[in-house]
Amino acid sequence: MKKTLIALAVLGLTAGAVQAQEVVVKLGHVGPLTGNIAHMGKDNENGVRMAIEEYNAKGVTIGGKKVKFELVGEDDAADPKTGNIVAQRLVDAGVKGIVGHLNSGTTIPASRIYNQAGIPMISPSATNVTLTQQGFPYIFRTMANDAQQGSVVGKFAATKLGKKVAIIDDRTAYGQGLADEVEKGVKANGGSVTSREFTNNQATDFMAILTKIKAQNPDVIVYSGMDAQGGPMLKQVKQLGINAKFVTGDGGCTPEFIKLAGNAMSDKAYCSQAGLPLELLADKTFKDRFKKRFNVDIQNYAPYAYDAAAALIEGMKAAGSWEPAKYLPALKKVHFKGVTGEVAFDDKGDTKFGAITMYQFNAGGWSPLK
Amino acid sequence: METFLQQIVNGLVVGSVYALVALGYTMVYGILGLINFAHGDVLMVGALVSLQVILFVQKTWPALGAIPTLMIGLSVAVTVCMLLGYVIERAAYRRLRNAPRLAPLITAIGVSFLLQTLAMIIWGRNYHSFPQLITTAPLQPIDGVFITPVQVVILISSALLMTGLILLVNKTRLGRAMRATAENHRVAGLMGVDTNKIIATTFIIGSGLAAVAGVMFSSNYGVAHYAMGFSPGIKAFTAAVLGGIGNLGGAMVGGVVLGLVESIGAGYLGSATDLCHLPIWAQSASLQTTCANGGSFELLSSNYQDIFAFVILGIVLIFRPTGLLGERVSDRA
Repeated sequence: MKKTLIALAVLGLTAGAVQAQEVVVKLGHVGPLTGNIAHMGKDNENGVRMAIEEYNAKGVTIGGKKVKFELVGEDDAADPKTGNIVAQRLVDAGVKGIVGHLNSGTTIPASRIYNQAGIPMISPSATNVTLTQQGFPYIFRTMANDAQQGSVVGKFAATKLGKKVAIIDDRTAYGQGLADEVEKGVKANGGSVTSREFTNNQATDFMAILTKIKAQNPDVIVYSGMDAQGGPMLKQVKQLGINAKFVTGDGGCTPEFIKLAGNAMSDKAYCSQAGLPLELLADKTFKDRFKKRFNVDIQNYAPYAYDAAAALIEGMKAAGSWEPAKYLPALKKVHFKGVTGEVAFDDKGDTKFGAITMYQFNAGGWSPLK
Repeated sequence: METFLQQIVNGLVVGSVYALVALGYTMVYGILGLINFAHGDVLMVGALVSLQVILFVQKTWPALGAIPTLMIGLSVAVTVCMLLGYVIERAAYRRLRNAPRLAPLITAIGVSFLLQTLAMIIWGRNYHSFPQLITTAPLQPIDGVFITPVQVVILISSALLMTGLILLVNKTRLGRAMRATAENHRVAGLMGVDTNKIIATTFIIGSGLAAVAGVMFSSNYGVAHYAMGFSPGIKAFTAAVLGGIGNLGGAMVGGVVLGLVESIGAGYLGSATDLCHLPIWAQSASLQTTCANGGSFELLSSNYQDIFAFVILGIVLIFRPTGLLGERVSDRA
């Protein structure tokens, strides 16, 4: 009895010693885990969690030390005020790098906090142009920005779908920014914008603005906002007997949108997505690995969240340090093959390989157009 | 003209849902002087419970038609919400009935958070697609004006429910007791009215109406979500104040007026403030280029949809502090 106890104690000691050699490096993720778009926040967090788990399983050595990454998850509720509070909390928790936030509206104010604290932040999904134009060296993103996406959507609408375009946005930094770029894209390609209408990210009733739009008889309606509004909006488009085609940005390019729009879905519905369709991801097994690990489908940006976390880790590996100031130069130069494809940043922190894909509704799902 | 009629239809539909919810606010306020901020969340519970029941019924008895399925969903939701209304009153408000006014108000906000969080735990954070059992294929009673059968059902059933409630309050024994309790619950108690029971009944009726409104709301828009109660809750409260809080007729008028104002506001505010309508000599050079080829420069667009409704509320309250149909009630508590 005594012997086993001693043996156990010895075992415990050695286990302790092994753990002592392993350094724990904390990585933060922040996104909305409550509220309207909590499903997307959870999606991103899952992406980061998977990256961390897979790197830990492979085993990472940085500067000769074995490193174990740990996820610190925070909830910003898609609210800029809460976003700043939790950003400060992440900084105080001593995280060495941050993936997040999800929305442009929360990411832009929080980016100042991270930049001041000198902690690299990579957003997998905040696409507002402003984010990377503030001259903050610590701020990056793995997703093509709204200027790139909006001009593609505007051009697509005006050249492929019809000259007269009505644009609705949800007055968030994301929605408004994207809508502005769509408007420019439409006008640059010989189309005209019949009206700009506005709603908000809590609304469910769009009958009034749609009725107004109907009177102007546009060929295309572009909604720049999230799926939670876009889906019901398309339904109301149909209820009002509007014949226009409907295009939504990446916020609506989700399975959720299709569920919410229900029987209003037809081949007149299109969406755009910064990045590649899941089928065209460089890492073909990612989709199934994700499903197996979390038992849910990828909503939207999880692969980009995965690559954002991977970029942080690759940067640390290249620099041989997890101290932000030391690995920042390496992060700026990082170039590797992630699950979405090649990952590298330009001098502003925007992704160098940002692709935009247009999708059309077809046979129960969004299918990518050439 | 079709556009205008369509906006009127839109406004009436939204307005009648507001009115139904506003009745719950106004009944409770009339009797207790309490603003029950959890009322919007009762609507949410109604919608989500009926969603759950409808999905269950569709799975278990797929042969049952759409209307019976909806009716089962609706009646379970109404029952659950009535029970919930009773529990809220009993657990959260009754003990605070004689406390300073602020205490039950804060409790109401607490109950609202509690309901939302519970719903989030039970139903998750996702938006749920609500099965559309009444077809949403639009009808065209007048050429160019569209209305869906769901919307017709909403208009008719809310009108019926409101009439029923008015009759209940004005013509029945229970209604008389309710009015007496509203006037002065101590004296009503002395006259042999069981005020506890009457107040509980008020909550039960209000919550039942909220459940109906929730099912209507979700059937119309095809969505249900744990935070869906907030927006109609606030709008309905506004409608109740607009119509004169504490007054049943006022809540209905307020709801319908608010719906119409929102709809007309969103539809016409933009073109009414379009600077391109100015005579050409009053337009600056840059404005003229914007306006060329049918362009527009709207000072106030649908961006101001919600503000517009509150501006109307402000104006009404300046000239009629008690709301459109409000009676002067002596300040209680």
